[in-house]
Amino acid sequence: MAASIQAVSVHDAALSVRGLTVDLPKGMERTHAVENISFDLKRGQILCIIGESGSGKSVTANTIMGLLPKLIPVSSGAIHLDGTAIIGAPAKTLRGLRGRVVSMIFQDPLSALNPLMTVGEQITEVLTAHGVGTKASRRSRAIELLSEVGLPDPELMYYQYPFRLSGGQRQRVMIAMALALEPTVLIADEPTTALDVTTQAQILKLIRDIQRRKGMSVMFITHDFGVVAEIADSVVVMEKGRVVEQGTAEQVLKSPTHPYTQRLIAAVPHLTGEDRVVQEKASNETILKVEGLSKTYCSGSALFGSQRIVPAVKDVSFELAAGRTLGVVGESGSGKSSLGRLLIKLQDSDGGRILFEGRDIARLSESEFRPLRPRIQMIFQDPFASLNPRSTIGQILTVGPVAHGMPYAQAREEARGLLARVGLDAGAFGRYPHEFSGGQRQRIGIARALMFKPKLLIADEAVSALDVSIQAQILKLLDQIQRETGVSMIFITHDLRVASQICDEIAVMQKGRIVEHGPPSQIFLNPQSAYTRELVTAIPGERPRSTRPAAANV
Amino acid sequence: MRGFLLNRLSQSLVLLLIVSVIGFVVLNLIPGGPLAQFGLDPSMTQDDLDRLREQLGLNRPLWMQYLDWAWRLVQGDWGHSFRDGAPVLDVIGRHLVATLLLMGSSTVIAIAIGTWIGIRGATHRYSVFDYLATVGAMVALSIPTFWFGLVGIYVFSLRLGWLPAGNMYTIGDGSALNYLHHLIMPSIVLALVHVAIWSRYMRTATLDVISQEFVKTARAKGLSERRILMKHVVGNALLPMITLAGMQLPSVLTGALVTETVFTWPGMGRLFLDSLGYSDYPVVMGLLMFSAILVVLCNLVADIVVAIIDPRIRLS
Repeated sequence: MAASIQAVSVHDAALSVRGLTVDLPKGMERTHAVENISFDLKRGQILCIIGESGSGKSVTANTIMGLLPKLIPVSSGAIHLDGTAIIGAPAKTLRGLRGRVVSMIFQDPLSALNPLMTVGEQITEVLTAHGVGTKASRRSRAIELLSEVGLPDPELMYYQYPFRLSGGQRQRVMIAMALALEPTVLIADEPTTALDVTTQAQILKLIRDIQRRKGMSVMFITHDFGVVAEIADSVVVMEKGRVVEQGTAEQVLKSPTHPYTQRLIAAVPHLTGEDRVVQEKASNETILKVEGLSKTYCSGSALFGSQRIVPAVKDVSFELAAGRTLGVVGESGSGKSSLGRLLIKLQDSDGGRILFEGRDIARLSESEFRPLRPRIQMIFQDPFASLNPRSTIGQILTVGPVAHGMPYAQAREEARGLLARVGLDAGAFGRYPHEFSGGQRQRIGIARALMFKPKLLIADEAVSALDVSIQAQILKLLDQIQRETGVSMIFITHDLRVASQICDEIAVMQKGRIVEHGPPSQIFLNPQSAYTRELVTAIPGERPRSTRPAAANV
Repeated sequence: MRGFLLNRLSQSLVLLLIVSVIGFVVLNLIPGGPLAQFGLDPSMTQDDLDRLREQLGLNRPLWMQYLDWAWRLVQGDWGHSFRDGAPVLDVIGRHLVATLLLMGSSTVIAIAIGTWIGIRGATHRYSVFDYLATVGAMVALSIPTFWFGLVGIYVFSLRLGWLPAGNMYTIGDGSALNYLHHLIMPSIVLALVHVAIWSRYMRTATLDVISQEFVKTARAKGLSERRILMKHVVGNALLPMITLAGMQLPSVLTGALVTETVFTWPGMGRLFLDSLGYSDYPVVMGLLMFSAILVVLCNLVADIVVAIIDPRIRLS
């Protein structure tokens, strides 16, 4: 691959990586974190490095920053940052470069800021560390930066603590910090992955604007081809520590040559804007009817007048027919997960009715609801945290049904059958969760839910933690299972593209209310509410594919 | 903040109520009761005992005795010692300074050394220092305090003659230096186990913080390792330790009880044992309530300090 790079003189490249190999400790799944990778980041450009988890993209970024843990050493290669050789440079030199010549922003803006320091302190710290300015000048520079990244009321923001800010605002603070000394190169490691789609669009725009204004060079790490399409000038595709393809964004997106890139691009969920074909098994029989469901969270104490009331779900009503899928989409804090918890009665609702097969379960006590519990099952978001690490897969699958009275022998047989159905071999029965990958674990989670032969499956962000290629497989599996068993599904997600793949109908939630409800064609091509329109336009790299005339004025 | 304070304060009061009830009931469940020791005295007749019981109000039902005692307690009358008739608060007050001196100095030692060992163990994880600290902590935790006390007395007092074997001062010499000289061994012995506990917690807390993203951010900003440690790591790592300090207090108090006995230190621990031996119930109950209040108060202070330092709690 290195051969195909056009020779760029060191002066054209803000950052140049040549033949970089980083070892992994012995006993890991492969010997190198990255192996013989080469690429250039040209001055004033945005280079996207794309790859799935474990592809070595973050290791590459950390190597450039000189932040690799001691356990994984660089074994060969060269990195030139603005003409300075990084590899083998003394720690002091590297520290002098960090924050001044190269800056980095991270994925999770909540944990990337020190909770005990004000925003202002954390920004001025960069200047102090590099001995720039006086106390007063640093302060005014920080305020200038805060307004530059579009934060409201910078004077006040200077004294705020991070926890007071929203995710998008925190990421803006991170960017302000990274820009403090106007570095040559900005490395952004999945900076929008943890953000809502509308916030993501804003942050992407901010990075793009600042990059243009300052002529900065940006190395942008992502797993999302939508993001690549939005901002990249050139692209490097990584798989298992190797660069498999690189070129201009246009080339890579339009005519990918490597099979892995082709697969990745094919796996990206797109807005279909087409309605799902109604299945033969689906009937018009209503399985779930929700009327005026409400839930309000109270925190603090009413007694001492410090109470805070947050309405999480407000007057939500919908119907779900047997064998159909309702997508619930919304940004964080929209109440979609609270709604899921109310439906499965992990939480009690304050008002309204939940008619499951005609019976109101909202008012049932825990013991009255227990016989019904097997019929409503949940698939959780985090396939790592939701399986007990000390139980075998067999135990995980059988413990529930056995507790509900199924003989063990029968439970075992059904578990083996279900494992085959979700695409795992029967040998999985006696193994432990840690032996499986994320996608396999999610399959186990699905099998676990299916053990009860549920009528209704509630999937809360069930594919959000997975790589796109795995995501596509799981969506396909869910679709197939629904066609075979006729189970109804409520699919909660923040990702409209995913929702468009699998849902018959979609409910868009905002601040606890359903603001729009309709088939995908309506939601994506002819949205009725302003909020839905905003959501749809914010999806990165996406214009609805089947552009009908109606969509032209969106 | 006001709501938080009121909330915590009311919780504390309920806790004290429960402690007082349990303490009072358990103490009175002990066979014999306060007058048992007079039963061994042949000169006391049954009539004498009955009269005493009547005088002290011990013939009333237990709940009445409790209410009476609790009501006086709230008003500041903690009762009188059976031994010499002195007010309980005065008796406690006489021994308080000695115990606070011992607890305070050993807490300072434990926190200072424990914090240092913990941070160094975390920053130099799996180093020789870290292993030695781990083994040392295990040893300090598994050997009882009185044994350390006895060994200390044997080595430093009997063999080397460097430190006094007991008491708070040499009679006739009330200088600060003399007090300090007497304080060294008991406070170190009492601190040992707490250094061990504190250093282990501090190590875990520091490791926790070191692996946080914001430490990586700090590195990415080009800060020196020293500044990262002092400004970003230690501050965040100490936060849970403040609560720990509050929770460790009962165990320091218990430790003081043993240490004071070994070193004949004239503090509350000695007083407690002596009073139990004499069935001096008012003093025993007084000490129980006093230490309960002390513990509750310190936990409250710890919570408030955390709330002041941590903006997330302060403002919500």
